[in-house]
Amino acid sequence: MTVLLAASPLSHPFFQHALLAGTAIAAACGLVGYFLVLRAQVFTGDALSHVAFTGAMAALAFGADLRLGLFAATIAMALLFGTLGRRARPDDVVIGSVFSWILGLGAFFITLYTTSRSTTNGTAGVTVLFGSVFGISSSSAAVAALVAAGVGLLVVLIARPLLFATLDEAVAAARGVPVRLLGYGFLALAGISAAEATQAVGSLLLLGLLAAPAGAAIRLTDHPYRALALSAALAVLQMWAGLFASYAVPRMPPSFAIMGVATAVYAATFLIRWLASGRRTSTAAPTGT
Amino acid sequence: MTLAETGAPTWSWNLLADFQEMWSYPFMVNAFRAGAVVAVVSAVVGWFVVLRRQTFAAHTISAVAFPGAAGALLLGVSAVYGYFTLCLAAALVIAALRGGGDHHESALTGTVQAFLLASGFLFIALYKGLLEGPQTILFGTFLGITSSQVTVLTVVGAVVLAVLALIGRPLLFASVDPQVAAGRGVPVRALSVVFLVLLGAATAEASQITGTLLVFALMVIPAATAQVLTARPALSLALAVLLAFAATWLGLTAAYYSPYPLGFFVTSIAFAGYVLALGRRSLHEVLGRTRAGATPAAKKVIA
Repeated sequence: MTVLLAASPLSHPFFQHALLAGTAIAAACGLVGYFLVLRAQVFTGDALSHVAFTGAMAALAFGADLRLGLFAATIAMALLFGTLGRRARPDDVVIGSVFSWILGLGAFFITLYTTSRSTTNGTAGVTVLFGSVFGISSSSAAVAALVAAGVGLLVVLIARPLLFATLDEAVAAARGVPVRLLGYGFLALAGISAAEATQAVGSLLLLGLLAAPAGAAIRLTDHPYRALALSAALAVLQMWAGLFASYAVPRMPPSFAIMGVATAVYAATFLIRWLASGRRTSTAAPTGT
Repeated sequence: MTLAETGAPTWSWNLLADFQEMWSYPFMVNAFRAGAVVAVVSAVVGWFVVLRRQTFAAHTISAVAFPGAAGALLLGVSAVYGYFTLCLAAALVIAALRGGGDHHESALTGTVQAFLLASGFLFIALYKGLLEGPQTILFGTFLGITSSQVTVLTVVGAVVLAVLALIGRPLLFASVDPQVAAGRGVPVRALSVVFLVLLGAATAEASQITGTLLVFALMVIPAATAQVLTARPALSLALAVLLAFAATWLGLTAAYYSPYPLGFFVTSIAFAGYVLALGRRSLHEVLGRTRAGATPAAKKVIA
């Protein structure tokens, strides 16, 4: 595709679709990611993103729509992790074992797909791994935006009890908050947003969209709701910046541009915290939380 | 592909003849040799990873091997340099940033991981030389391992194992109970740094065979299985090595006789063992027959 630098990027349909889908996906990821970081479930998010790859490859291997596999695999795995996670201590190892097997399965399906079906879509594996936000059609952009908006709305709706359950589980449970149900619901939402975001930034890079804006927001403010809003805002801004940067430099893949901006912003928050703590006395310095 | 030229090999159930046939190809001999070295080294290092609950760090270091290999290809040097440079660098970065120990660390690890993977994608996009590149780096291949590669793997593996043997006892102490170990004068932090560097080196080794995404399987699954099966450190360490070795060699054999990738077989065999071990443990718990206090001790090691 030849990209004309002279014209405004907004006049291109592919850019409009990318912007529409990207904005909604980034907002949903920012909201979900904040809770992932707060609940110390970043590793779960990582595992979900890899599961998305296997789901997509399985769907392709069986001739189904790629998105069907994405959603089915991530939501099923999110609920499985929820079941495994509560009971026993060694959930980190369980998650690691399960998802590395799932990845191996993905390698199996990718071979099945590329050998059984013709080579019409031979780079599907790379596309799923690294995303192709500029390749989103208008209909899938609309679907992506709607689903992401739904996820974002649900997160905002359950934000209060979820925050309570996250920060003080025992007290929340005693006050009648359905902690377990919230945990499952949240993981399902994380699964849906992982499936969504895979289409934009790819299953390998998804973690950056989940972790970086949330990590930056938590470093910038201690107030939960402000951090939640900031996380979503940062994610959307990073998505926009990445899309425009990638448009300006055609050799740079959009996924890399988005990750680059996200990482730069996250790194900048370290500098801001450092400068802020440098001005105070050593006794009043923040403890890094 | 070398395999396509030889025609489809068939499994005859005559083990001796089968292995003789497989090992009549130098590339298969090298693959089995490299697989053995990688399995032993990653199982031993992985055993400590599981004990120390550093699975996320291990996953990140293994993911980092991808931009390393892609960057090396872009620069026109051997991928081996890329693997070692980036894996060791990532290990040192994680070691330097550790210490907070709260959940911000995982956000940081996640961001670093995603950014480096994205960089790898950029390198691949800039390189454009090979179409199969990303998938081979990510999921591994056993074709085309050279004898000199096997030598490098063996030397590095021996160094890693020697250092681990040297620090094994204090590291075990520091892993099981860091506070008491620190109180007794064990240099916990220094040990942690040394261990992460060893982890980086082992990862760089294994990445070349199983691919960067599946190293993790070879490190974590056999070790987790062994620690489920027994609580005695020496026995479970030996068991982890045995399991990783079996998974790698069985995986290589299966991959040779089928069109499917090595990574799939290695992860599946290892995972099957893990599921069986978990099933055995829950069976014992249901029947209430704890063997000579194995379960409480196992809980102590796992906790």
